[in-house]
Amino acid sequence: MIPASFDYVRPTSVAEAVQALADGGDDAKILAGGQSFIPVLRLRMGDPSLVVDLGGIAELRGVREEGDKIVVGAMTTHHDVTRDDLLNQHVKLISEATKTVADFQVRHRGTLGGALAHADPAGDLAAPALALDAEFVIAGANGERTVAAGDFFEDYFTTAIGPQEILTAIRFPKYTGWGARYEKFNRVAQAWSIVAVAATVKVEGGTITDARIGLTNMAGTPVRARGVESALVGQTMSEETVRAAAQAAAEGTSPTSDADAGSDYREHLAKVLTGRAVLAAAG
Amino acid sequence: MARIRTTVDGLVYEDDVEPRMLLVQYLRERLGKTGTVIGCDTSNCGACTVHLDGLSVKSCSVLAVQANGSEVLTVEGLERDGQLHPVQQAFHDNHALQCGYCTPGMIMQSIDLLGDNPDPTEQEVREGIEGNLCRCTGYQNIVRAVQDAAQKMKPGATASQPASVAGGGA
Repeated sequence: MIPASFDYVRPTSVAEAVQALADGGDDAKILAGGQSFIPVLRLRMGDPSLVVDLGGIAELRGVREEGDKIVVGAMTTHHDVTRDDLLNQHVKLISEATKTVADFQVRHRGTLGGALAHADPAGDLAAPALALDAEFVIAGANGERTVAAGDFFEDYFTTAIGPQEILTAIRFPKYTGWGARYEKFNRVAQAWSIVAVAATVKVEGGTITDARIGLTNMAGTPVRARGVESALVGQTMSEETVRAAAQAAAEGTSPTSDADAGSDYREHLAKVLTGRAVLAAAG
Repeated sequence: MARIRTTVDGLVYEDDVEPRMLLVQYLRERLGKTGTVIGCDTSNCGACTVHLDGLSVKSCSVLAVQANGSEVLTVEGLERDGQLHPVQQAFHDNHALQCGYCTPGMIMQSIDLLGDNPDPTEQEVREGIEGNLCRCTGYQNIVRAVQDAAQKMKPGATASQPASVAGGGA
């Protein structure tokens, strides 16, 4: 199907984009990589009066080091994320998870900021961002503000970004030397995650000294498996220890039941995949 | 209406388009490049895959206005002096199509894959064309064709034509 008519602007700075959103009113929408948004327009599930394309804003692209943080511009494509040396070295979990997003064509266009702002509960990048304690830089009429990952994801497809605000960058602390694994369970190629687990761990001298685990599609928002994290830290690394700790993975989750899986099956998957993810990350 | 200027298969085009026009519509309906086909309404099938500034994209998921100032390469721009591109030739040689509907997208994605990974394993080919569906389920020969093309495109391989990984986009 062909999208309904809309007006289109392609600003070249964040300030212009913020102004365009303000001028556009409630029906203005942001176009990032468009790999979810354009299908939504095509299926006429969305009918914006104005589309503000962020593709012309150079300052929103690229990865840079800022002190003890790695900063990723919101319009950096998945393709560029997977190939970025700084991220591979310091924030490996986001690189690993991004490699599993959709397919090559979608990764060439889709962006980290777009995927996080879309906040699909089955999307693969929110759980790693939560596990990594990412910070979200959001620009609006009153300047810039920073939101912690724990406060960013509010509900299904709902984030802390206001209607006239723009996500400009995602800041990650460095996890240099940590192992990482994104364990994704889906039925067929390019299908969404039924459940997935993002795990990054630090192992020193055979002991797990730190662990961060985020769960995909176990609630309307990504969930931290804090019970598993605390059960792992300080333990000697072994398969038995990890499998035992992973039994806490479904605590505090509220998974949905749908055509792919019942909620009890999702809880089972969360435990099994957490075990696999942590073992792979530590290996 | 928005004015766009694009290079498609080596020729420059200027047109006024509605912002809602998809790149695939522009290619097919304005430029008559019907070699690029539409196979689904969900962005899953990859039949409409083209290269946009050297990277494969699903042209149903890009607006024509977003291609302003860019270079587009479609399956119709691969042939050189009457010679098929090595990947096209390999699809022909290996009977890598049944109904043929997925073929333009499969070829464009395979060329992208080989540009990135000139000697992929069978598994890497399968992952590389993950975004392209063959409804005849004829993947076996498609994978074989991509690996065959990889061998023939290797530097020093005796090909019947100059092998270009980039596909010869102007």
